[in-house]
Amino acid sequence: MDDRKVIIIGERDGIPGPTIAECLEASGREIVFQKTECFV
Amino acid sequence: MSNESKAYIHSATNILVHVPELVRYGSKCHREVEDSGESFLHALNKNLRSFKEVVSYPPNQAFIGNLNPDKLDKKSKPWFKNLLEGSSKEGVFGEILDQTTFYMLLKSADDFELFLLDSDFINSNNNYSPSAKKIFNEKFLNKGSKISAIEENIQLKGSLSIENKGELVGCFQSDHEKDESLDARILLENLSAKASGAFALNRMLVQDSIDPLSVEYIISCSEEAIGDRYNRGGGNLAKAIGEMVGCKNASGMDVKAFCAAPVYALIHAASLIQSKVVKNVVVVGGGSLAKLGMKAHFHMEKKMPVLEDLLGGVAFFLSSDGTAGTPYINLEIVGHHPIGSSSSPQEMIDSLVYKPLDKANLSVFDIDKFCVELHNPEITVPAGAGDVPLVNYKTIAALGVMKEKLTKEGIQDFILDKGMPGFSPTQGHIPAGVPYLGYAIKALKEGSFKRAMVVAKGSLFLGRMTRSADGVSVVVQV
Repeated sequence: MDDRKVIIIGERDGIPGPTIAECLEASGREIVFQKTECFV
Repeated sequence: MSNESKAYIHSATNILVHVPELVRYGSKCHREVEDSGESFLHALNKNLRSFKEVVSYPPNQAFIGNLNPDKLDKKSKPWFKNLLEGSSKEGVFGEILDQTTFYMLLKSADDFELFLLDSDFINSNNNYSPSAKKIFNEKFLNKGSKISAIEENIQLKGSLSIENKGELVGCFQSDHEKDESLDARILLENLSAKASGAFALNRMLVQDSIDPLSVEYIISCSEEAIGDRYNRGGGNLAKAIGEMVGCKNASGMDVKAFCAAPVYALIHAASLIQSKVVKNVVVVGGGSLAKLGMKAHFHMEKKMPVLEDLLGGVAFFLSSDGTAGTPYINLEIVGHHPIGSSSSPQEMIDSLVYKPLDKANLSVFDIDKFCVELHNPEITVPAGAGDVPLVNYKTIAALGVMKEKLTKEGIQDFILDKGMPGFSPTQGHIPAGVPYLGYAIKALKEGSFKRAMVVAKGSLFLGRMTRSADGVSVVVQV
């Protein structure tokens, strides 16, 4: 497993940040930044 | 449920206020002007629309009740290039207000002399909207200022310049040197919400012949943070709006829930009526100055006019009076998004649409129209924000396919039948399902609809207190 860290930018009406983070949990990677934006 | 315990929704009003020369004070444009200086302001001013263009813009006609949104997609696109000649600023359940009149309303809303307005400007204009003129405050309007005093104020205090048709007509000042909550831009934002909210409320009262003195309670669902340094979001814009409109017998409070506030406000209003705390409630939402010109940069890049030049406003009247054919807020079909639920689109739609309908032994096919977030896609798509209503409808349909309630082949027809194109300005809380209520109330009364479901979402994560989103829904029916 590589040790690349993860930055997550989510979108409220797309895939929100916490949902992406949940999907990556099993990978064991470190999430260094996570944010969800709302463009409306 | 007996007739006596229902909260009937009688009236809906949608207003728009064209404020091209306040776009510069929207959050994004203000920051762009600070970073890029006069060059951005110059570019902005070259891409603003005229009042006539705004009135003739098809989504705006849909917003004020003159063009059913179902017919909007049949109009030639792009809409900003295919204006509807001969359109009226008066709508079946709304109105579009010009900037000159709004400055008079802003001055009329101003108890603390924050807004200095040129006396020549005040005295030289006429032909105002009757709904607006009715709430002009002559005492405040008699306190006009000389242009020389306005110029001096801008120079010495750094007050905000307020222009009309390219000419300086006023300035907006801060109220405290050491209180950021009373900074000029924040106060302008707050007062704009008050003035546009008051216009929406008064327009509704006049439209449906409701005596302001008969209003018992007001709930504001506006987007602002009225307060001072010791309580930055203290609020109660509701009472300020009610005072301006003459609702002397009413009390009120604010609902704060990001963009979902209007639907929460309707549910809370209905709950107050059904539990007999009050006999009637007005729900009102003023416009969001902060959101003006949010996507101006993208629009100008794509050679479009700046489409976010409008403050929006809504007002609704609910009461315990009604009969069998009167639409009511059905508090037995309310969707909530629990704290423990994920904020994925599927989970949100499941919580807000499928769970409450399942609980009521209804299906999505028992709803005639889903009123989701109705942002105008012509505003959002060029900025990369997508077509928000369409995304919501596709998610409702797709989840229905996963739950085997509809077929994959039926998705398009479902969206056409139960959905609609977006037509609301991107004013945050304003597009949150409620702009369609004027049409829904008419269809419910006429018998062509049985139920409409209003679905709203809120981006709580923007406040940095939770990473979660939020949403709420309710059914309006006969």
